[in-house]
Amino acid sequence: MEPIMAVAIGTLYAAAIFMILRRSIVKLVIGLILLSNAANLLIFTSAGMTRGAPPLIPEGLSAPVGAVADPLPQAVVLTAIVIAFGVLAFAVVLIRRAYEIVKADDLDKMKETDT
Amino acid sequence: MVKSGTLILHTAARILMPLQLLFSVFLLLRGHDEPGGGFIAGLVAAGAFTLYLFAFGVSATRDVLRMVDPRDLIGMGLLLGMISVFPAWFVDQPFLTAQWWEVPGIDFKASTPLIFDIGVYLAVLGSVLAMVMTLMEVDKDEP
Amino acid sequence: MQLAVLSGFVLAAFAPLLHRWFGGRTSLVLAVFPAALALWFLGQVPAVMDGEVLTLALEWVPSLGMSLTFVIDGLSLLFALLITVIGTFVLIYAGGYLKGHPDLVRFHIVILAFMVSMLGLVLADGLLTMFVFWELTSITSYLLIGFNHADLEARKSARQGLFVTVAGGLALMAGLVMLGIAGGSWSLSELNAMGDVLREHDLYAPLLICLLLGAFTKSAQFPFHFWLPNAMAAPTPVSAYLHSATMVKAGIYLLARLHPGLGGTEMWIGILSVVGALTMFTGAFLAIRHTNIKKLLAYSTVMALGTLTMLLGIGTEGALIAFATFLLAHSLYKGALFMVAGILDHETGTKDVTAMGGLRPLMPVTALVALIAALSLAGVPPLFGFIAKELMFESVLEAGRFRALILLLAFSAAFLTIAVAAIVGLRPFFGERRQTPRVAHEAPASMLIGPAVLAILSLLLGLTPMLAGTGLLTAAASAVIGEPVQVSLSLWHGINLPLLMSLASLGLGYALFRRWDLVRGRLARLDPLMARGPEAGYEAFMHGVTVVSDWQTRILQNGYMRNYIMVMVLTLIGLVGNSLLLRHAPAIAFHVDVRFHEVVVVGMLVMGALFATVTRSRLSAVVSVGIMGFSIALTFILFSAPDLGITQLLVETLTVILLVLVLFRLPRFASLSTPVERIRDIIVAGSAGVLITLLVLTAWGIDQFVPISGYMIDNSVPLAHGRNIVNVILVDYRALDTLGEIFVLALAAIGVIAMLKLRAGDKAAKKATPEKEPYDG
Repeated sequence: MEPIMAVAIGTLYAAAIFMILRRSIVKLVIGLILLSNAANLLIFTSAGMTRGAPPLIPEGLSAPVGAVADPLPQAVVLTAIVIAFGVLAFAVVLIRRAYEIVKADDLDKMKETDT
Repeated sequence: MVKSGTLILHTAARILMPLQLLFSVFLLLRGHDEPGGGFIAGLVAAGAFTLYLFAFGVSATRDVLRMVDPRDLIGMGLLLGMISVFPAWFVDQPFLTAQWWEVPGIDFKASTPLIFDIGVYLAVLGSVLAMVMTLMEVDKDEP
Repeated sequence: MQLAVLSGFVLAAFAPLLHRWFGGRTSLVLAVFPAALALWFLGQVPAVMDGEVLTLALEWVPSLGMSLTFVIDGLSLLFALLITVIGTFVLIYAGGYLKGHPDLVRFHIVILAFMVSMLGLVLADGLLTMFVFWELTSITSYLLIGFNHADLEARKSARQGLFVTVAGGLALMAGLVMLGIAGGSWSLSELNAMGDVLREHDLYAPLLICLLLGAFTKSAQFPFHFWLPNAMAAPTPVSAYLHSATMVKAGIYLLARLHPGLGGTEMWIGILSVVGALTMFTGAFLAIRHTNIKKLLAYSTVMALGTLTMLLGIGTEGALIAFATFLLAHSLYKGALFMVAGILDHETGTKDVTAMGGLRPLMPVTALVALIAALSLAGVPPLFGFIAKELMFESVLEAGRFRALILLLAFSAAFLTIAVAAIVGLRPFFGERRQTPRVAHEAPASMLIGPAVLAILSLLLGLTPMLAGTGLLTAAASAVIGEPVQVSLSLWHGINLPLLMSLASLGLGYALFRRWDLVRGRLARLDPLMARGPEAGYEAFMHGVTVVSDWQTRILQNGYMRNYIMVMVLTLIGLVGNSLLLRHAPAIAFHVDVRFHEVVVVGMLVMGALFATVTRSRLSAVVSVGIMGFSIALTFILFSAPDLGITQLLVETLTVILLVLVLFRLPRFASLSTPVERIRDIIVAGSAGVLITLLVLTAWGIDQFVPISGYMIDNSVPLAHGRNIVNVILVDYRALDTLGEIFVLALAAIGVIAMLKLRAGDKAAKKATPEKEPYDG
């Protein structure tokens, strides 16, 4: 499964970078979403992919039965998903405010610092 | 967007919101042992309020929240997170070392990770809710 | 003790509250703090006099070998006493000098913070803790010089002082790190015990140069002396305290502290004695060009700092005894003189000595104090300054290298200083009465007690030199030398060369004082030359920095965001791709084990992402991003991550809501790029994608570390009482990370609220600027 995931992650990154390189700020937003998802998937798959063995311990036992998926990347990605949402909200609102003030959706017209 | 009040949405929101909130608390409390926890529970609760927001608007939601401003929830969450840092200090362990206390009578263990998780829950709920509510408020002001 | 000293920071924080309670008497209340510390330090004098060294250790970060250890030996005790005693009087004095000043609270906060930092600096045993306190004194000094921040000149001087001392601080840090590496220890007392190792070490020369740069900038040695006279923009209590008695002596303290470990080499002797002598002469010479009383005193402080450096450079036993004596004498008389200068400024409304005259009948106490302090500065018997000067001349005659040069500079500086002393101590009080902007009368008691006590001490120690000599100065000199010495000071040494030099300099100095106005007029012709001094170099350097940063900002920060991103992505592809292909020829083991439904899910994920990039409608972009997000959630669930799956689902829902709320307030997708640009971007993005794919594939084949999650899995139930290991990691093992993350989330939320709600101001601004397109497209 891993090689397929590798290709999928690569595609996600390529799509994200392509969108971030656009001049339209709305496309930039889409690019940001793609990029954060790509990064999350990258971290998630970094420890390998395990089917049907969630890192949970059955009741009454002190250790999981058999090998389970690595819980560490999962914990890292879990917070990353929520933070990505927070950052996305921030970025989206920032872009919206910038658009209101500059009245342009072209990033090239936003290059002056003193608006 | 705000005024999209259909009968089904209204009824669903009114019935679903308490259930969702209850479910979020359930997710929060069992999170240490089963899938769940502060992040997920906070998002579920935020989802519940968002549904209500879409059905009834900002001012109605504020009425449901009563005295609690979502911004206060953020502060309370962060405060609880910070509070759970210190108990370890009193027993001469490094900061944030988990402490467990048996609650006599019922079969329930209180602990600093639980306090911490409640802090996470409130911070996530408060943050998401504050963002969505502010956006909708502004939306209403500028038709 | 450490906590007692550091509690000053807490006291500083509570100063506003104390102001509410005590009003105008806050200065007196706050003065209790240094006074109590001074009494404690006085209590240590007998033990230290017996040659004891008190070490007070307090563990701080034991795992890094960092501790807050205070060492009290003769040298640090002498400094600590100067800091606390003069600090007490300065606080009392400031209560009168800044009476009714609206920013008196701010003054108290910063001066207390400075006092604590300075104490920490002289008491700390660890190199790193000392450095922290060192920098704190630079910062508090900056805040105090710029106390009158409405004044452009004060701001400029504050910045200059900060830049010079902090630039030196950087050099000092490099020097301290090298010192730590060379000696293998971060404790000053341990380093001083291994002098031979340090002096032979390969790093000796570079580390000494760096340390000297730090010390010379802080202690205003030539050619960095210019910031100190400019620092006189500070209120006079600050000048008396920081810029004559304590902070500027920090560099001197450092050199004296390190003398047992680093001193005595050719390099040490050569640099210190020549730079010191040059500074001494420069200070004294520049002083007589000025008529501003504070500038006169500031330059004479430069002269004194040069003398101290020179004595450390000469380094003989006599020179180091002279060092300790001169240090004490200077702090006493210079502190008193500065406070007198403040009184004159406060009561007459001018700082110009030529505008004052005949003030003695109006302010007899001030005049007497000024006279005693000035006589000590001039080195007239029986004052303590005389003993210090005698010893200084003696040591100069002992100097091994550059004796003629040092002797000449020292003698010239001495007679110039005597003229300065006369200008400051005699001119305002005697002669014909002059009209001053304010009608002068005697200063309030709060402003007189400080200078009076310091002047009386100058007299007392001069009359009974054994009191100081056998006591603290013996211990201080021993600490600088590194082994016990016996100091015996006396007023009368018999008729010898130093005495004759003293007499000659007195005569010359007095003659110069009589013709001062004439000489000053002549010296004014040198002004164009002076304008090319080190300060001009500083100005030119700062201008150069501005020009270069302006230039590089225009090149690098051109404002086109996609250029920045393009540069980043290309750099990433170049660097990572290079080492990936060179070091790990991608050895990809293709054993593909797939199930049909998994391929479908991942395929949906990829299709969603790709469709979002090609669609022309915002709505279909949002929908396809949503499809991608839900596919990712499914992937998480399929591959053993239920928590992640749930989280992703919830966030995906909220993201769609967010986009619906915001994105449709924004314009439609615009096609702004040319086809060529688009093809270029596809190539760049595509290569980045290929690189990432290769990276992921290669990374799976490499196991450099044992995963730490084994520990987490094994201990989740026994130690953390939780069966959901992911949650246990979040709230227990890595709770600190999670704490940081919820703070980030909260900040993002607050940022959103701020951006959306705080908009009253720019609505007006929007109306002011007409709807035009001022930006080139």
